[in-house]
Formats: sequence, C-alpha cells, structure tokens
Amino acid sequence: MAKTLPPQSLPGPETIHRETLANGITVLSRANFNSPSVIISGYFASGSLFESNDQLGLADFMCSCLMRGSETHSMQQLYEALESIGASFGYDSGTRSSTFSGRALVEDLPLLLNILAETLRHPVFPKDQMERLRTQLLTSLALRAQDTSDMADLIFDETLFKDHPFGRPDDGWPETIQSITRRDLKEFHRRTVGPRELVIAVVGAIEPRRATALVQRSLGDWTNPHQKPLPSIPAVQKLKKIHTRHHTIAGKSQTDLVIGTIGPRRRDDDYLAASLANSVLGQFGMGGRIGDVVREKAGLAYYAYSHLGAGYEVGTWDVSAGVNPKNVRKATGLILRELSAFAKRGATKSELQDSQDNFIGRLPLSLESNNGVAGALLNMERNHLGLDYLQRYADLVRRITRDEVQAVAEKYIDPSRLVIASAGP
Amino acid sequence: MKKDFTKHTLSNGLTVFLKEIHSAPLVSSWVWYRVGSKDETTGKTGISHWTEHMQFKGTPQFPASSLDRAISRDGGVWNAFTFMDWTTYFETMPSAKIDLALRLEADRMVNSLFEAKEVHSERTVIVSEREGHENEPMFRLGEAVQHAAFGIHPYRHEVIGDMADLWTIQRDDLYRHYKTYYVPNNAVMAVAGDFNSRPMLARIRELFETIPAGPPPPRLARKEPSQPGEITLNVEGPGETTFMQVAYRFPAAAHPDFFALTVLDSLLAGPSSLNMFGGGISNRTSRLYRALVEKEYVVGVSGGAGATIDPFLYTFSLTLHPRRKPAEALAALDVEIKRLQEERVSRAEIARASKQARALFAYGSESITNQAFWMGFSEMFADYNWFCTYLEKLAAVTPADVQRVARAYFQPKQRVVGTYLPTGNGDVKHG
Repeated sequence: MAKTLPPQSLPGPETIHRETLANGITVLSRANFNSPSVIISGYFASGSLFESNDQLGLADFMCSCLMRGSETHSMQQLYEALESIGASFGYDSGTRSSTFSGRALVEDLPLLLNILAETLRHPVFPKDQMERLRTQLLTSLALRAQDTSDMADLIFDETLFKDHPFGRPDDGWPETIQSITRRDLKEFHRRTVGPRELVIAVVGAIEPRRATALVQRSLGDWTNPHQKPLPSIPAVQKLKKIHTRHHTIAGKSQTDLVIGTIGPRRRDDDYLAASLANSVLGQFGMGGRIGDVVREKAGLAYYAYSHLGAGYEVGTWDVSAGVNPKNVRKATGLILRELSAFAKRGATKSELQDSQDNFIGRLPLSLESNNGVAGALLNMERNHLGLDYLQRYADLVRRITRDEVQAVAEKYIDPSRLVIASAGP
Repeated sequence: MKKDFTKHTLSNGLTVFLKEIHSAPLVSSWVWYRVGSKDETTGKTGISHWTEHMQFKGTPQFPASSLDRAISRDGGVWNAFTFMDWTTYFETMPSAKIDLALRLEADRMVNSLFEAKEVHSERTVIVSEREGHENEPMFRLGEAVQHAAFGIHPYRHEVIGDMADLWTIQRDDLYRHYKTYYVPNNAVMAVAGDFNSRPMLARIRELFETIPAGPPPPRLARKEPSQPGEITLNVEGPGETTFMQVAYRFPAAAHPDFFALTVLDSLLAGPSSLNMFGGGISNRTSRLYRALVEKEYVVGVSGGAGATIDPFLYTFSLTLHPRRKPAEALAALDVEIKRLQEERVSRAEIARASKQARALFAYGSESITNQAFWMGFSEMFADYNWFCTYLEKLAAVTPADVQRVARAYFQPKQRVVGTYLPTGNGDVKHG
C-alpha cells in the first residue's frame, strides 16, 4: 500500500503547475504518488445568477442533466464507463459558478477527462431523461420542504438577501421546475457553459505537465462564441433592524435555528481576521463560545456553532443550532447574548492564540488527500491568493492581532441588526 | 498483501496495532472498545453512546473543556463513534504532537469523572440529538424496521437508545457501564502514520501498561430465533414522499458468505464502501437503478449491510416515485432478486465488482486516518487479516456462489418490509 516517502512539503509555486490554455481554461496540477489514484475538480462560470425569477432552478436542472446523455453516449454508457472501473464523476450547480469533480485510478485519468469534455461540450438533454430528472428534482423539493435545517437556511438567505439574487434558492421552487422546457436547458447551456473562466485542478499520481497535456487534449480546442459574461450583481442592502421569521413544519421534534448577518467576502482584506474571530465565536474545540454556552453549559442542543460563508461576491456570518421547540426562545437569548459580548469585546489573547495555533496546525491534515489539495488549489485561484499562499499562510495567521479581531467582530456583528430564522413545528 | 504492520499484546491484555506510513507528517491514533448497543438491556438502551459523550467531559488531569482545546490547539481532529458492536475514539494529529493523544486516551480509559452536573446537561444534549434524528422519515422507518426484525437480540434498538431510557438513566448507571467495559483487555489500539514503531510501542507501554486489566466484560447471549414469516409494517408521518425499507437477514461479517454477498450487493445496488473516510462511487449502472429508477418505480434506491459481529440486516432503501404505489415498487424489486436467484451472473460482472473494490481501497489509502481506522475496525468483528485479504476473497467469488447466497438469504419469509406513509396535510396516502 503506501510507500515510504519523505514528509510532504506544502504545495507552492515549485510544485504546482499552472497553465492557461489558449481558450481561457486554467489548469492547476500537483503530483501525489502516495496512492495510485487521481482527482479532477473545477468550476465554470454558469450558475443561478443567470436565471430569471420565473425559472429558478434552471442552472441546477441543466447541471444535473449534463451526465444524462451526450452526442456520442447515453447516460447508461457514460456511467458504465465510470462505474465499471470504480471511478466517479459529477456536476453540482451554484450561484455564481458550478462545479465538477471526479476521481479514478490514475491509469483511467484520460477516460475521466474525456467524460468531462464530452458532457460539458456536447450534452443532448434527452427528453425521457429530462422528465425523469424533473420528477427527481420535484421529490427533492418536497423533501426540502420537510427538512427543518434546509428551510431555516432558505428563509435566512431570503430575508438577509431580500430582492437580491443571492436570496433565491438555487434549486428553485416546484412551479419553476415544472415550467422549464428542454429548449430552456439547451439555451441555458449554450449561453453560460464555455471555456472562459473554467478552472480545473488535477491532483494525483501523475506528473503535472503530463496532466496538463491531457486536459489540453480533451478541452484545448473548445470554443463557445455564445458564452455570456456573468451578469452584474447589485449591492447588498444592509440590515436596519432585527428580522425574525419562523417557518412552520408540522409534526417535527426539533426546530432548526439560524441567526446571522452579512459577513466578509473571501477576497476581502479582513477575511482572515474574521475567520479567526469566527473560530473563537463558534468553531474552536467543540463549537467555540457558542458551543460552550448552548451545548456544554445549557445542554440545549446537540449541535450549535457559528459559520462564515465567505463567497466570492457576498458573505454571511451566522450561528446555527438544532433545539427542542420549547427551547427556541432560550437558545436565541443565549446566542444573542454571546454575539453582543463578542461584538463588544472580541477575543481574549489566549482565545486568539488557540485559534491561530489550530489554523496553522491543521494545515497538513487538510492537505492529506488529493481532494484536499485540489480544494486548496482552486481556492487560491478563485480568490487570487497566489500560488505561494499556503507557504505564507502561517505568517498571515500569526500576524492577525486582537485589535483586528475586535474590529471585524464590531464591523459585522451588530446585535440590533440580525436575521433570526427558524423552521420547525 | 505484504505485512506492513505489527501487532502486540500488552501484559494487561491491550492489543496494539502499529503501521508506519511516512507520506505526510501525521499520525492517527484510535482506541476501540468492545462495547455498543448490543450490550444494552431494556431500560438502559443508549447507555454506550451516552458513555461515549461522557468521555469528553473530563478527568482530574484533563478537565472538561481542556481536552478539546488541547487537541484543537495542536491542529488535531478528534471524534468518537458508537455502533452496535463497538465504541471508538480517535485523534489525528501532526506527528510531533501525537503524544498528547496517547496521554489523553490512557487517562480517560480509567480516570473519567462522570460528574453529576455534566451527566445532567448531557442528558438534554442527547435527547436533542435523538429529536434531530426523529425529524428524518428514514430514521423513524429504520427504527420501526429494526424493532420488528429483532424481538430477542439487542440489535432491536437504535444505538442512540429509546427516549424513555434517555430520561431515566442515571449517573451511577453510566459510571458502572464505563468501569465494566473500559478495561484494557476489552480494547484495541490502532496507530498509523509518520512515526517509528519501536519508540511508539515503548511510549504506549509506558502510558497504558500500568492500567490494570478488569474482569472479562459480561455479554448478552440472546440469539435471535429464525423469523417465522414475512413482516410488513407502516409508519406514518409528515411529508409528501413515500419511503420503503426492505430488510433481509444478513450473516455476521466473519461468515464466509459475506464476500459473495458483497459481490451481490455491488451488482444489485452498486458497490458499498466500508471506508469511514474516503467515500464511495455512484450506482447508476447497478441492476436496481436500471430496473427501479430508469423504469420510474422509484426516484432513488440504495442497498447495503454493515459488518457486524452477529447476524444483522441487509437493507434496501427506496424513495418512491410520486405516481407509484409501494406494492408496485416491491414487485419490481422482487423481479430483480429473482433474476439473481435464477440466472447465474457472468465472471465479467464479478471482475467488475473486484475492480470497483480495488478503486475504493485506493481512495481509502489516501487517508492515514482511514488506514488506522481499518486496523481497529476489522478487529471488532473479525481480525485485521479479514481486511488484508478482502480483495483476494472478493476475486475468489464464483457465479455459483452469488446464486447460492441470493437463494439462501433473499427469501421473502426472512424479510421485513417497512413503508413510510406520508400524511401530507393530514391525509394518509395508502399504498
């Protein structure tokens, strides 16, 4: 099984090969010969931002349909090729971009790349598959409507990003999914899926230049003159007060609660300080201060933590907990009290030190698998962090001061301007 | 497979597995105890899982909140899992920091406090964990199926325990459970990663060998009698979607038929991954996906069985197509099972299942945590050799074996058919 090798050094410009192909595709690759497998992972500039309100879920529908048949292979043939060799491959849609990810034994990388190229460039959206998929998507929406966690998240986003594209559910509504036609899918594919701004990472038991050559062979000649640029995104309106919303789902034992506000974007200068602040607030150990107060001391919830959802265009900063319906008020009170104290006083010296040590110490573990490395490469590319980011990371983390943590806590968390969303009985 | 690990038994009975892997500066350390919901009696269900929670609540040396802080500060991850047959604790740390994990596990093998106030606050945390599960239709259905399938054997209750017991178990019950089962002669330690075995073993001896062995823990011997006939049941609950679980009696993991059944599972429902870290692959070309999803009886299907000490269940889970009735989906499932019983599969199909398993092994080997996991996990229901020879045993399965086990294990009289009937806005849709 695993060979004995010297300890891995952190990925950096010396070991990451980055190349932009003539058609705009960026390839990032790094070798890892510890396991005979390989992963491909990437994103392309198609997502729900392109959708109109009456066609919500179109990007998701289109993405889910890509593997349902191409000009040369049926869905069964595509999956037969993958599954017979123990490989996997799939797409997932997002708001600003959509993603793909697959893995195989390294000898099967060319096959994996061919499937990516074929399904991305030449999908046919077969009528029967599309209708079958429509039923599956409608079932997912019926399950979402019954899921207290999904619904709390949904109404949180809807309220926080009122009248904004980021406040809409990427998977749409039953009526919008019902209305989407095959022509809509084909047209959406034609104008949003193309090589421009497509980024792919290849990590595994293969030399990076060889991996890049294989990507060039599969996708290098792809052009799409119809590919539209991303629509401009309106500014997010700041909250002016506390907005409380509850979504009733009868017959449930637990209520899910999300309390939060706007947070930094991933590329903002204060992201790292906010990330450390979030660790202190609701991550470190068993859920930071929030976990300590809500779970450990009060025994109100099995899970309680805070979360920084820093995207490319917008960010959120929220606290989630699952509590018995009769304890919603009590848990909300405890969380609001912690948020107020944190906004006022930030982190203590030792709390910040703990989280800094954790951020730096966990780096090797996060880079252990091919998937972890691919994620890190895509993060560096998407957010313009530089290929030496991981090598600079420890310094960047160490340099954050208590004052900076205090400043971000005060800047983003205003206890009088929050969304309090819940779903349950 | 070349032997790339060492196995040791300390004087107090603690079994230790060591496996050097120098691909990343990480070490993963696991301590496994042979105790789980299988060892629980009526009135005390859920006690193993609750005991696991209490193991994070402190010792005199490492008070409650200091444990997780210490691990996190060093950039480690840790967690614990309770299953029907076992309870396990792991830490994966930068290699220079692993000593903390070893000290912590040695300490909480004997010195956990189980303070009354911590027991009190943890009670509602666990009740909340169960309430979260109860929000899921598949949990409600699975619990009912398990209850119906086992009348005698303690596999009849969920690991989390019955709500009635979660409100009545007391501090002394928990502490007694801990003292009975958390003894070195009832534990297996598995360490994998970037270390040298000789000093690692010396350190483990230093920390663990002074812990005295205990009496061999008691075991419940309540063998489930053979099922007298097919059992069907309904569960009603909110929603619009109908779910089904069809559960067949499945042998213990150490039974020789396990491997032929693994091939059968791969062909029928798609390959199940036993990796705890490493993921699986899709099942779109499996016989059931083609026959049930493509033919629009269901919108999703999966199947699988765990590796257990005593015979448990192989369960098919179906999410029904909104226009189909449960009886139609069940009939379509039966056609596919019958096909396996009547027509021999080809050797090529078995070779394909072997290649899928080989790929899943390769993905799992990327993770040091997963490699340490396997050394301990396989010891819980068989031995590590079971894992080391897994691929060979799969490759040795013949078409006749698959047909034989399909006939032996997948008989209607040995199954429980459970249906979740959604009440929607108050009206129950009957199948």
